Amino acid sequence: MRGNHVAAEAAVRAGCRYYFGYPITPQNEIPEYMSARLSEIEGGVFIQAESEIASIHMVIGASMAGGRVMTSSSGPGISLKQEGISFLCALELPAVIINMTRGGPGLGNIAPAQSDYFQATRGGGHGDYRTLVFGPNSCQELANLTYEGFNLADKYRIPVVILGDGMLGQMMEPVELPPEIPLKKLPPKDWTLTGAKGRPSRFLRSLILDPIKEEEHNWKLMRKYEKIVREEVRWETAYADDAKMMVIAFGIAARIAKGAIKRLREEGIKVGLLRPITLWPFPSKAIRDLAKKVKHFFVFEMNMGQMVEDVKLALEGNGEVHFYGRPGGVILTPLEIARVISSQYYQKRLG
Amino acid sequence: MKKVFSRPKSLKPTPFHYCPGCGHSIIHRLIGEVIDEMNLQEKIIGVPPAGCAVLAYNYFDIDMGEASHGRAAALATGLKRALPDRVVFTYQGDGDIAAIGTAESIHAAARGENITTIFVNNGVYGMTGGQMAPTTILGQNTTTSPRGRKESRDGFPINLSEMIAIAPGSAYIERTAVNNPANILKTKKAIAKAFRLQLQGFGFTLVEILSACPTNWKMAPIDACKWIDEVMSVHFPLGVLKDISGEKRDAH
Repeated sequence: MRGNHVAAEAAVRAGCRYYFGYPITPQNEIPEYMSARLSEIEGGVFIQAESEIASIHMVIGASMAGGRVMTSSSGPGISLKQEGISFLCALELPAVIINMTRGGPGLGNIAPAQSDYFQATRGGGHGDYRTLVFGPNSCQELANLTYEGFNLADKYRIPVVILGDGMLGQMMEPVELPPEIPLKKLPPKDWTLTGAKGRPSRFLRSLILDPIKEEEHNWKLMRKYEKIVREEVRWETAYADDAKMMVIAFGIAARIAKGAIKRLREEGIKVGLLRPITLWPFPSKAIRDLAKKVKHFFVFEMNMGQMVEDVKLALEGNGEVHFYGRPGGVILTPLEIARVISSQYYQKRLG
Repeated sequence: MKKVFSRPKSLKPTPFHYCPGCGHSIIHRLIGEVIDEMNLQEKIIGVPPAGCAVLAYNYFDIDMGEASHGRAAALATGLKRALPDRVVFTYQGDGDIAAIGTAESIHAAARGENITTIFVNNGVYGMTGGQMAPTTILGQNTTTSPRGRKESRDGFPINLSEMIAIAPGSAYIERTAVNNPANILKTKKAIAKAFRLQLQGFGFTLVEILSACPTNWKMAPIDACKWIDEVMSVHFPLGVLKDISGEKRDAH
């Protein structure tokens, strides 16, 4: 299945019945799939909105009503959605937002890029907030993380961002899809707006004029984020045991890097890989622990260097960081990145 | 002694924060009375905007979900599509609906979303201190149209309700005012009709209410009410702009 279709089907199987979006390449297969799929399901709602801004606010409305809801877009469209993402965080509303990133800034192009890392992991909109951000590197992982994303969004009442890219959205791989969740099995929500029948009326708002109360709201959000940092960090390593240099890369870049590392290992070059799966929360502790035995880190991203800042923050100076990036939608081959890694490896006299 | 007049039960016993002579308090009360009379308190969801009415959830004893500036119609769309058997209304000012939220409002109407919009038009941005609004009329003084709105500098005001009335998806559009008892009663009837048509599934309904803002108009409340009759309603004529229900005009 194509990545975009995988994400859409996984969402439906996770109980997503509401999708609001706006066309933008390279993620158009998601709204196309949802328009067909949701019209076959009783209670399924698909709207092609007049703008990204409208679609994210439709997401807010359906989320307030208690539904599992999703939107998707790419770079420029995600920028427009930032207003709503800030509100989702302030209002503590669950939702899943997919960004099949393209080359930027501005309109950029429609080729795969990772240039939205800062936007996704730093919040992106106004105010102090975080979103849970996943960086899948295969169609299978895209299915699993989209599916789980809905559970985590509900658990923490937080928007979950799936940060893919044009390649992940467009590529086709065999996938084992997770089972369909019956809506009745989903945990009940005690905060939704459904009309005040048999209970006191409720309101959901983000305006808190009293600074002391707004501060307390911020602390409440912060405590939630701290819990997520403690409990939800995910990463994986490969070839790490005897590595003299660790490559750190996420998403599709990690997959390319893994191909390069396989090649380098055949030549006896001792390089390993750490791949953050959650980009926020970032696997800082895992990187810090690695630095006890590895001193050389090679960060590869399809951008001008964004995640590398998190790597440096994690290391707190306990390791040497070399960055290599290709922005603009350029896709490196494993051979090319292998050459850059081995050149760095020999320059540092590691072999 | 028999009690003949009391607070609607769908309003909380919280004193309004609105300025003396402001129309919001009257409009809140009218909506509260309609909700009570139509027995909607347990099945209605309101969407207050950014603007003077942002604190509406402190006053209405119903479920409410606050929207960001201009996005009420989109948020209400999401709510209503998820809960099609509830009554969903937005409460929006002129800046909210006719400037920053123009696209959301026009497209909600074009889709025929089965929601109701209460559009309070006072011709200024009240909450931020009286700046020029999309509905500020030519010649009207505001803090950002000093010595009066000029078309050469500021452009013309927008008649949003007329624009929405030509959308095939809109069902009922009426412009009323709350500057005298007769108009207040008409406004109440219009709100009730809009909710009724929503319950019957007619599509997008909107009641635009001309409402005084004596503070920012820098007028005494009585003069502000007169100004609505003599000046404002010349540019924004009162009456039914669209009604596809087939009901007689007076059959409220």
